[in-house]
Amino acid sequence: MTVTGVQVAGAHTARLPLRASLGGWIGLAPFLLFALAFMLLPAGVLLVGAFQDARGGFTLVNLLHLFRPNILHSYLLTIEVSLVTATGGALLGFLLAYAVTLGGLAPGVRNFLVTFSGVASNFAGVPLAFAFIATLGRVGLVTTLMKTLFGISLYDSGFNLYSFWGLSFTYLYFQLPLMVLIITPALDGMRKEWREACENLGASHLQYWRHVALPILMPSLLSSVILLFGNAFGAYATAYALTGGFINLVPIQIGAQIRGDVLHDPNLGYALAMGMVVVMTLSILAYTSLQRRAARFTRT
Amino acid sequence: MSDTMRRKGWSWLWLALGTLYFFLPLVATFLFSLKGKKGVLSFIAYAHVFADPQFVQTFTFSLEMAVVTIVAGLALMIPTAIWVHLRLPRARPLIEIFALLPFVIPPIVLVFGLIRMYSRPPFALVTSPVLLVAGYVVLSFPYVFRSVDAGLRAIDLRMLTEAAQSLGSRWGTTLFRVVLPNIRVSLLSAAFLTFSIVVGELTLAVMLAWPAFGPYMALVGRDLAYEPAALAIISFLLTWGALLVMQLLSRGLRGPGTTVGGVH
Repeated sequence: MTVTGVQVAGAHTARLPLRASLGGWIGLAPFLLFALAFMLLPAGVLLVGAFQDARGGFTLVNLLHLFRPNILHSYLLTIEVSLVTATGGALLGFLLAYAVTLGGLAPGVRNFLVTFSGVASNFAGVPLAFAFIATLGRVGLVTTLMKTLFGISLYDSGFNLYSFWGLSFTYLYFQLPLMVLIITPALDGMRKEWREACENLGASHLQYWRHVALPILMPSLLSSVILLFGNAFGAYATAYALTGGFINLVPIQIGAQIRGDVLHDPNLGYALAMGMVVVMTLSILAYTSLQRRAARFTRT
Repeated sequence: MSDTMRRKGWSWLWLALGTLYFFLPLVATFLFSLKGKKGVLSFIAYAHVFADPQFVQTFTFSLEMAVVTIVAGLALMIPTAIWVHLRLPRARPLIEIFALLPFVIPPIVLVFGLIRMYSRPPFALVTSPVLLVAGYVVLSFPYVFRSVDAGLRAIDLRMLTEAAQSLGSRWGTTLFRVVLPNIRVSLLSAAFLTFSIVVGELTLAVMLAWPAFGPYMALVGRDLAYEPAALAIISFLLTWGALLVMQLLSRGLRGPGTTVGGVH
């Protein structure tokens, strides 16, 4: 058997690479076909629809309509929520990760935080919304506690869980641990020798951070912010469960459009969805290219 | 010396604030869920939830979907990942991009496209659970691929398969008795992660109109006060339990066993 196999292979040496590579791709066919059928083509249908009018002819009008005040506002609001929670989550997550990596705490604390973050970053959607309603809703525990203990009425002083800041504060619950997860490896890569070298050369704390640590960490920090941005930008379930669909975010708009063509224009709905994919694609591209740059320093 | 002390002080402060932010909502939700009966703390909200036949039905449905998704996702991804490792390393970037795409296409957009494409003949799938499971398999791509891939990287796949084959084992035997047992930790972590994504999932289930656990929770949240808090605690314990098991399992793996992102 084996001998014949070798002889056959030898006889067709010239054709072998092509045949081998063709055979190689066939092994991937199930996965590729599945991804095509349930991911790429559905997204493609929306893309095509975004450039069609009601009769199926080519048009750019749908893209133009994205600049209607109502739709523009929902994009801006979604971007605002994503930016606020991405920068806030990145800043606080960085401080937390710094505390457990380079802050001189016991290694057990660090393991606990990383494990906990892995769990908490996946915790979102309806239960997360419920948790924040039970905590900071109108009759939530902290809300009533503040009133009875300190006489402070959160809702009279302008706070509202179901508004922009309330939603952002809720999103932080999955943004912050995600930041801890992605920035911890970068902080682990910060070598003690760099700080020591700076100290030996007489640099101050501030100088070390300005000229050494921050430039090294910058790509990681930026890419983390971008990933967090995308994470918040696509979120639907949390916002829906928290506000009951009464906040003008793009995912909420798309949800309403799917349920009953609230825009009275199916093709505009497709354009709305495509706009989201474009924003997400840009952020993921920026993320991967920055990560590649960051990888130079995080090798240990 | 005082420098290290100061740094330690700040570290503790940030850790304390972080802990407060993370645990306050959990504690508050738990206490809130006990307030179902006026004046006393009781588990009556939980009793209501467990007595609701809809809770059992929707939860069973989501559980079934999770199991089917795990099996389908692994059946699709294991052969693909092995194939990429053994036969076609050139295809790795392509598969990696495909596994990253669910991050680019948010669930709400994915389900929109699925409904558009499969609501009319020749592919009228919109009322079939096949479409829901297919959507969940897509959502789990990044996690399942990363887990399986990390598992395969950690073992010498080529040596193992060649050794098995030179001892006369056939492909099925090699796969089920040599390769899979060696990456079982990765497979388990992929399964737990998929479970935690699917069981409480809202977006796909609600848009495809399935009586799943996520939409049920949202419905309860609209009408009742204390039962939602009880549901949140139940769903915490379930998904957190699954994820915690996964985190502990993957700690033994090489590389970052962490999971990035989720379905929000």
